Amino acid sequence: MSTRLDALATEIRPGTAPGDLYCAGIWRLHAATQIEAQINAHLKNLVAPTGAWQIDASAISALDTTGACLLQGLRRALSRKGHEARIIGLQAPFAILLDQVAAHLAHPIPSLRAPGLLARLGQRTWTSGQGVLGLLAFVGESAAALLRTLRQPHRLRWRPILYNLQTAGVAALPITGLLAFLLGIVIAYQGAEQLSRVGANIYIADLIGLSMVRELAPMITAIIIAGRSGSAYAAQIGTMKVTEEIDALRTIGIDPFELLVLPKLIALMIALPLLTVYTDIMGIFGGMVMASSQLDVSFSTFIERLDHAVSLTSFLIGIGKAPVFAAIIALVGCYQGFQVNGSAESVGRQTTASVVQAIFLVIVTDAMFSVAFSWLKL
Amino acid sequence: MNPTHTIEVRALNTCFGTTVVHRDVNLSVRQGEIFALVGGSGCGKSTLLREILMLERPLSGSIKVFGHEVIGLSDAAALPLRRRWGMAFERGALFSALTVAENVAMVLKEHTHLRPRLIAEVVALKIALVGLPADAGAKYPNALSGGMRKRAALARALALDPELVLLDEPTAGLDPLSATGIDALIRQLSDTLGITIMMVTHDLDLLWHSADRVAVLGDAHILGIGTMTELADLTHPIIRDYFYGPRGRGAMAQGTQEGTWNPG
Repeated sequence: MSTRLDALATEIRPGTAPGDLYCAGIWRLHAATQIEAQINAHLKNLVAPTGAWQIDASAISALDTTGACLLQGLRRALSRKGHEARIIGLQAPFAILLDQVAAHLAHPIPSLRAPGLLARLGQRTWTSGQGVLGLLAFVGESAAALLRTLRQPHRLRWRPILYNLQTAGVAALPITGLLAFLLGIVIAYQGAEQLSRVGANIYIADLIGLSMVRELAPMITAIIIAGRSGSAYAAQIGTMKVTEEIDALRTIGIDPFELLVLPKLIALMIALPLLTVYTDIMGIFGGMVMASSQLDVSFSTFIERLDHAVSLTSFLIGIGKAPVFAAIIALVGCYQGFQVNGSAESVGRQTTASVVQAIFLVIVTDAMFSVAFSWLKL
Repeated sequence: MNPTHTIEVRALNTCFGTTVVHRDVNLSVRQGEIFALVGGSGCGKSTLLREILMLERPLSGSIKVFGHEVIGLSDAAALPLRRRWGMAFERGALFSALTVAENVAMVLKEHTHLRPRLIAEVVALKIALVGLPADAGAKYPNALSGGMRKRAALARALALDPELVLLDEPTAGLDPLSATGIDALIRQLSDTLGITIMMVTHDLDLLWHSADRVAVLGDAHILGIGTMTELADLTHPIIRDYFYGPRGRGAMAQGTQEGTWNPG
């Protein structure tokens, strides 16, 4: 309501002499749109005077910076039409404000427009390339820090390692166990129908055992841990970067790699193989439950068959992949954390990137392992 | 309710758990004045500011801003009030994903229907008004120094040409030169735009040079309220320690000597 009243109270009309303009009312932000419309309407059909334009502003009863901005804009627009424009009768405090505004507006106004398509494409390409190089540099730096620390084992920080073992390993037991158990059930359920059709019920142990131990257990564990711990690493280090804690560590003389990256890396490389053994067991247990209820394969028959079906090599191959996945998850998570550049949004962006990249790299690495093992006929 | 009082706090009580932060606090801020709230660390100054801004709720009492009771106000009812005030937080609280110019423009886009061209003009004006260089508008907050960030926060607080501006520690953490700049800026805003300013501060120079009236908060009470010269005559031990400590004496000597403070 007040807006409408102010708009009515705001008035611009031609004065008595040609080139005179009479301005009145409340020139404030909430009436700015109406004022601007009136200004534009008048600018079109004004008759140019022989001398200077004259704006009678004596009846302006309120003026804020936006109003002053508009008044100054009117003065400039008139000045562009040939003659100089003078503002007369403005109340003293308003005149001071207008002078300040005019002084500030004399500088060119930077545009708020976003960069164009080509610029954004270039920027994106450049950052992607930088990202790959950065990750490589980060892996190198981590390896150097690891070697440095291994040469002086007393510098290894056991407390953070144990803490990380607890949070990334022990605390992940329930969720990884449950998911592996369900996965075992699902595979057994799918396999049961096919196998019972040809009367090869007992081969359920081969199906579950091999697929779990060689491929699924390491992979599902790595994916869960990438989502659970990789993201946590990125968020933790990223937030520490925003709050300048990383810089504080450096100034105190503590290598952030030594305190933040290595314990996570070492702890995860220990925890992930152990978790994989655990998911092996839980997945096979899920398959066993399904086999005994759907295929009449008892637990003891299943385990007996499992002994023949799954060789030690297959088990070790599965477990052997886990530390590699662990290194990928920890390094990508920490690297993305260090890539945070000081804004809250970038913490979120890098955390997402850490999970996506870690899972992507884990799966690519797993595929490369498969190719390599088939070459080696393992 | 006195119509010339922009903020009126009556019988305010605040508790955090068992800690009493405010016990029967009363104060009023007159229209157009520069009002400062001082007191030791952790005495509830910022809490009072947050309660006025409806960010926190006191245990009991009344806070009126522009004559409207703000305690228990719904978000919808609070919106018209929120358009009439601006707040500059101690650490800026600028949106880190936006540039300085976008930070200021965002408020205007949210609450007005101005054309983009006029918004750009007003934003550039506000940025210049708080004494930032023109190229600061395109920078992200994390590329700014502490002093520039405070100025940028002030520019955002001023975006809607508010009638009331609240400042939390406007000079804390600044070098003396920047602090003096902020001093002058606050005075100038009050003079030219007629804005009512309420600030929380530790800066004794700012108090002597800029504040019209000062309230001292301590022991959960208002210990004294008045101009700096009036307060300096009070004998409460906390006030005496505050104003007659080594730093207080220096600032007072300078303030009285120059005679630039305004004994409202």
